Amino acid sequence: MAKSPLLETASQTAGPYVHIGLAPEIAELTKPLTPLGQSIAGPRVSGERILVRGIIFDGAQDPVTDAMLEIWQADAEGRHAGDDGCAPEFRGWGRVAADFDTGLWHFETIKPGRVGARAPHIALWIVARGINIGLHTRLYFDDETEANEADPVLQSVPDSRKAATLMAQKERDGVYRFDIRLQGPGETVFFDI
Amino acid sequence: MSGFRARDWQVQPPALTPDYKTTRLRAPSAPLITMPEGCAPESGPVFGQGDLGPLDHDLLQNHVQDGAPIGERILLHGRVLDQEARPVAGTLVEVWQANAGGRYRHRNDRYLAPLDPNFGGCGRTLTDDAGGYRFHTLRPGPYPWPNSDNSWRPAHIHVSIMGSGFPQRLITQLYFEGDPLIPLCPIVQAVPDASAIDRLTARLDLAAASPFDCLAYRFDIVLRGRRASLFENKLEGM
Ligand SMILES: [Fe+3]
Repeated sequence: MAKSPLLETASQTAGPYVHIGLAPEIAELTKPLTPLGQSIAGPRVSGERILVRGIIFDGAQDPVTDAMLEIWQADAEGRHAGDDGCAPEFRGWGRVAADFDTGLWHFETIKPGRVGARAPHIALWIVARGINIGLHTRLYFDDETEANEADPVLQSVPDSRKAATLMAQKERDGVYRFDIRLQGPGETVFFDI
Repeated sequence: MSGFRARDWQVQPPALTPDYKTTRLRAPSAPLITMPEGCAPESGPVFGQGDLGPLDHDLLQNHVQDGAPIGERILLHGRVLDQEARPVAGTLVEVWQANAGGRYRHRNDRYLAPLDPNFGGCGRTLTDDAGGYRFHTLRPGPYPWPNSDNSWRPAHIHVSIMGSGFPQRLITQLYFEGDPLIPLCPIVQAVPDASAIDRLTARLDLAAASPFDCLAYRFDIVLRGRRASLFENKLEGM
């Protein structure tokens, strides 16, 4: 009965031209594909509207200007798209690309709710030139102190300074900043999920 | 840890592969942290035909301005399976590639090979119930890249597979059987295992060719399977 499993297909870098396939609006390709992943939460989805922005830095502290991120999150009640009761307009998934000059990326969404014991968070997956296999990380919110203290993922990070790399800083109401460091001092925590 | 089988690091490239120079400044230096049981996402986005246009899978037609694009016409097809050899049905497969001269229709690609006005170089489709996918496209050309002073990428097509849950998410590149640039490319050689590289190679599939129209290449994709416990508790009988 127990057959040996098939072997996974190996990952390869998305390379610098990922946009023409996955984020055509960034590549200034107006055809043939209509973009996917531009609306994480449609206008009728309830929840606190937020903007998240940041820059991905390499080991020389230079912005990574060719990165693409995918976002996967729960709604304000902690439900993922497809769960019972989740609004049809809530996709919970999106794509954004870094600006070719500044490396700044941003997305608009609703602030996710707690899922059980887990603090509100957004899963991020990062690909770029020079990244052989996509990097999984998580964004938490620095104004959710109580929930963050009880979060099992944050607790699993052995060092509190490292856990701090997963914290988005509130810049002002509705705006959070989340910089990602691929290497060196303040290197962001990446997960094997 | 998710309900998916652990990543197979015999097969997957490590973050740091110094011969591929860009990894030197972009590879995280700390090991990945294993997410506690039950904390990783299990689901992921779902797509339907409504997300796609009628020509999205046909790169020979989907950017036509005044005629057919120039190059070797191919059918690229295969199946998306998980490690238990179960079809991954209804999943989004996206491709992007250079044209026959090795040039991408991308603002940042300044290679001297010309753009082809009739070729966009991107497509997407959903797998069928058997996990099958099909694209009509051109065989792309090799192109130079600034890794060393004389680096050339083997002809390749970038492939993105959404999978049935966020942990299955995969982006890879497929190569063409017999390309002499494959063993010379540090991006390909980032994969630590020769048989895993071999599985990144699309095979000529003459039986699937359309006579007097296009040759065919076959490329099968295997995503992480579900772990046995979850498999038995939740998925069996679905
Ligand atoms: Fe490429």
